[in-house]
Amino acid sequence: MADIQGHQPVGDAIISANDLCLAFETRDGTVEALRNVSLDIGRGEFVSLIGPSGCGKTTFLRVVAALETPTSGSVSVKGMTPDDARRARAYGYVFQAAGLYPWRTVAANVRLPLEIMGYSRSEREKRVRNALDLVELSAFGGRYPWQLSGGMQQRVSIARALAFDAEILLMDEPFGALDEIVRDRLNEQLLALWRKTGMTVLFVTHSIPEAVHLSTKIVVMSPRPGRITSVIDSPLPPERPLEIRDTPEFIKVAQGVRLGLREGHIGD
Amino acid sequence: MAIGALMRSLLPVAAVVAAIISVWYALAVQMNSDWALDRAGQNGIELSFGALVKNTMSQDRPLLPAPHQVAVELWETTVEKKITSKRSLVHHGLITLSATVFGFAIGTALGILLAVGIIHSRAMNMSIMPWAIASQAVPILALAPMIIVVLYSIGVSGLLPKATISAYLSFFPVVVGMVSGFRSPDPMQFDLLKTYAANPWQAFWKLRVPASMPYLFTSLKVGIAASLVGAIVGELPTGAVAGLGARLLAGSYYGQTIQIWSALISAATLAALLVGSIGIAQRLTLRRMGMLR
Repeated sequence: MADIQGHQPVGDAIISANDLCLAFETRDGTVEALRNVSLDIGRGEFVSLIGPSGCGKTTFLRVVAALETPTSGSVSVKGMTPDDARRARAYGYVFQAAGLYPWRTVAANVRLPLEIMGYSRSEREKRVRNALDLVELSAFGGRYPWQLSGGMQQRVSIARALAFDAEILLMDEPFGALDEIVRDRLNEQLLALWRKTGMTVLFVTHSIPEAVHLSTKIVVMSPRPGRITSVIDSPLPPERPLEIRDTPEFIKVAQGVRLGLREGHIGD
Repeated sequence: MAIGALMRSLLPVAAVVAAIISVWYALAVQMNSDWALDRAGQNGIELSFGALVKNTMSQDRPLLPAPHQVAVELWETTVEKKITSKRSLVHHGLITLSATVFGFAIGTALGILLAVGIIHSRAMNMSIMPWAIASQAVPILALAPMIIVVLYSIGVSGLLPKATISAYLSFFPVVVGMVSGFRSPDPMQFDLLKTYAANPWQAFWKLRVPASMPYLFTSLKVGIAASLVGAIVGELPTGAVAGLGARLLAGSYYGQTIQIWSALISAATLAALLVGSIGIAQRLTLRRMGMLR
């Protein structure tokens, strides 16, 4: 599974979208979820997609994951089509809801992808242990999901996405349903995890502080039709404690994002 | 404290039972008094109210037997009779029970199989459901004799025809329940499995089957009660040989109302026991799966 990136597209891009369009047919007519979206994401980057609801950020993530098929345009993930990348298990996906199986313990939930992918028993146990270590839940392997708080459940779902050797982590508003205090803590943990694993993260959010705090690149999107209005490269250093949110650099980037979001709304 | 809690939960139940029994007695007095008064009139006897009440509760073939008459009959035909006796309700109950359980097993297996087909095949989804619903719209009382006769003509008699009728009634709640159960995981769960590139077989065993367990037991409870009804109905056209249905039929032939009522109460008790044991299996299974808090 490690050596599937034979032919690379542009430069160092691990995910590359080119002129992507996606339209849904609904009862009220055609909805353009994505229009002419082009984006290159470098290996090891942490990229946030931010925008109001209906801007196509989740749809874009789902296209990368091959959960949606674009109407036109192309995407490559590790040099493959999204569907081939999915079959090659190139990415782990974290949904808005933790979506743990209530009949499985925490450890058994993390083990689920490993069972499906046919890892050996000893390998499974090792990886479950490592993944739970990464999200600091080693002591909770034997618990059932309902015995855990919402934040802990979401950490389990992250561990589940980390358990196999995916190079890419796709996260769809993973902390959207959590309160601010838990969310700040999980942001710090996620950053630490990203630095430790060197994964490429594509992160959907509608929180400006979260996007600025986490990302090396912030992609601002706007709705009707869903499109990219600006891409902001963050000048912040890789080491980012929570206090960085009070620095002038942070506030400046946040202002840039806010401006981008506002511009996207001109004409609304 | 614990006794207080027990009393609080037992008291309403006891009150309801007491109310039912007193209404039952009142009805028995009222319904049986016509016959008692007729008889007294024929014999030129004037009945006092006390004598009338006493008479209505001790008739041989009352219109509505009094609760204690049924209780005595039940006691005599279950505890005091040998199980091998033709008059033992335990003997008849076991015959009905075996047809019920056999038919229930067939019906459940068939129901689950159909549900699996329905969720995986669009054609089956479109074609099976209307027939399954239509099958339940046919009055079983009309269908049962035909099933018995048809099976008898090809040399099948005894347990299997009755079990067939049980299965006919019990597969339906299982199909309906299991189709819902297999489809109960939300789309996100199926998306998640898709990101793992899981095949349909894995999705079935790892997601659909465990998710359907609560639905399974709910359908089984309905199914086993329907099975019992099926077995009893299946015993009616056999010429009243054996089983609770046969006891009901024989009782109505000879106007043995006490016998009818005790057979009815046995059937109800049997149904309660069957549904209760599925409830226990449900609790055990769900607790084992960690789905019961």
